[in-house]
Amino acid sequence: MATLEKLPPPPPKPAEVPIVAPGHTPGTVTDKISDVILRRETPKWWLLGFTVAFALLMVFLASVTWLFAKGVGVWGVNWPVGWGFAIINFVWWIGIGHAGTLISAILLLFRQGWRTSINRFAEAMTLFAVACAGMFPVLHLGRPWLFYWLLPYPNTMNLWPQFRSPLIWDVFAVSTYATVSAVFWYIGLVPDLATLRDSAKNKVARVLYGMGSLGWRGSARHWHNYETAYLLLAGLSTPLVLSVHTVVSFDFSIGIIPGWHATIFPPYFVAGAIYAGFAMVLLLAIPLRVAFGWKDFITIRHLENMGKVMLATGLIVFYGYIMELFFAWYSANTYERYMAWNRVTGPYSAYWLALIFCNGLTPQALWFRKVRTSPIGLFIVSLIVSVGMWLERFVIVVTSLTRDFLPASWGPYKGTIWDWGTFIGTMGLFLTLFFLFIRILPAISIFEMRTIVPGGEAGDEITEVV
Amino acid sequence: MSSVRDPRPETYGLMAEFPTPDALIAAAHQVHKAGYQKVDAYTPYPIEAVSEALDLPRSKVPLIVLIGGLLGGLGGYSLQYWSQLLVYPMNIGGRPFHSWPAFIVPTFECTILGAALSAVIGMILINGLPQPYHPVFNVPRFALASRDRYFLVIEAADPKFHADATRRFLTGLNASEVSDIEH
Repeated sequence: MATLEKLPPPPPKPAEVPIVAPGHTPGTVTDKISDVILRRETPKWWLLGFTVAFALLMVFLASVTWLFAKGVGVWGVNWPVGWGFAIINFVWWIGIGHAGTLISAILLLFRQGWRTSINRFAEAMTLFAVACAGMFPVLHLGRPWLFYWLLPYPNTMNLWPQFRSPLIWDVFAVSTYATVSAVFWYIGLVPDLATLRDSAKNKVARVLYGMGSLGWRGSARHWHNYETAYLLLAGLSTPLVLSVHTVVSFDFSIGIIPGWHATIFPPYFVAGAIYAGFAMVLLLAIPLRVAFGWKDFITIRHLENMGKVMLATGLIVFYGYIMELFFAWYSANTYERYMAWNRVTGPYSAYWLALIFCNGLTPQALWFRKVRTSPIGLFIVSLIVSVGMWLERFVIVVTSLTRDFLPASWGPYKGTIWDWGTFIGTMGLFLTLFFLFIRILPAISIFEMRTIVPGGEAGDEITEVV
Repeated sequence: MSSVRDPRPETYGLMAEFPTPDALIAAAHQVHKAGYQKVDAYTPYPIEAVSEALDLPRSKVPLIVLIGGLLGGLGGYSLQYWSQLLVYPMNIGGRPFHSWPAFIVPTFECTILGAALSAVIGMILINGLPQPYHPVFNVPRFALASRDRYFLVIEAADPKFHADATRRFLTGLNASEVSDIEH
């Protein structure tokens, strides 16, 4: 005790900064979030953004139309690279989705109060990213209208899917993930839709929000079951989200191609997914908090915390890159060693170097508090990381497939304009859905915000704990 | 008042409004102590202390989720066993037909899917939703229950309910307003 008394008082921890700017009550958070949907005119930036997003969506439409008319030959895929952009973009999008579930489920279980003001739009991001991801395997089928052949259903041909294939595991993992994310998101929306129903002046809006709210009235009995169900969903989503990118990594690691057949893939893919996802959450949150005037809710502390998560997952990913090279050497396997050497010095070395710059070096800037607390700094880092995560999948897919075992079966790969059109087009799909979402639904969970402001019953308590 | 008692009470019940959660929690304790049973509280966000004050029974959702998860998992495994061993056996590189490690992933996903869907559907059904109409919506100020006001309702169907006495009782609990709820 005596020594303890001599110690100077500890400096105030940054964690004691409140997660919501002071001065808010349950009433003001309700108004501030619902006003942007119900009261304000459609802002000009929204119209502009939506127009751009919709134009990109039309690029998608054009690319897919051409694809349907001509077949997958319009893409750059051929032997030996049969997967190409489709799998790269699939993994990129599905990875982005993971941050939404991490924020909504895992941070809820860890009682991280700061998740409250970002979970809703992060979950929406998950849904839209999964929708974009789902496009690629289906379009890559060649006959996408027969996609339901992937599902086990009784059919006149008496055929059943091959359950020993990681591709079928993927169907189960991704469709479960999409379904669970959608219901989790919707259940979270129900009390907020009731708020919109009760405060909307427009009759049509009242009826539509009322239908969505299922007649929610905030009964204590209902909340009692609701909270239990929500917590259980969070508990179920946590292993689910970890399983999804693990299964995605099985698409590669179950195969015997050099550079793919590695036990490090599942954890390294999951970390990469969270890394890319937080980058996307930041890319969405930083403009959103300015555009809607929500700096009180999405504070610098939120941005800094997300920066820290990115730094941590970025380091895991970087460790993964180093271990890939180390084990290629340590395995003493000719093909693995050649693959690693080819990645670094071969025809695609520029991609690998760019990858190391984007994903390995750039996030080191996040060690500095100045960068973590600067919205512009974080925005730039997030952009670079998003590019880096795409490059990572490019390097994994293309370097291994273009040069596997026998030089006789080697061949180059390059995406065509239709590959790029489809990829950029899915960004249009994503942004269009996101712009519609922020205009018609509350992008921050209103009822959960009420619980963390003073005046809310649990308010003071949570602010202290977090 | 007619001498023959209408089986249905004239009103749905009485609604007391409170400006703060603390006032509601205190009132809920009093109402529960006074022996009222058909009581419900309405709050803009979940407040655990209110559920405790009303002494609500344990939620049945976890049991439903457990059953849903088990059925999902068993269903997923059985589907694979049945299709890969019985109706459509395929020899893939000489692997055994019952290659159970390969069946783990779909089984796991089906477990989660079954559990998650039963959590959501179970919660909605236990709560009696969707229910577009409910008498509490007839009180104009109830619109604030989804914003920043806290309400307590004692149903007229409660054996202890008495229009005047219950109203006096609720007013005595620091309610800022007590209103009748029309059917």
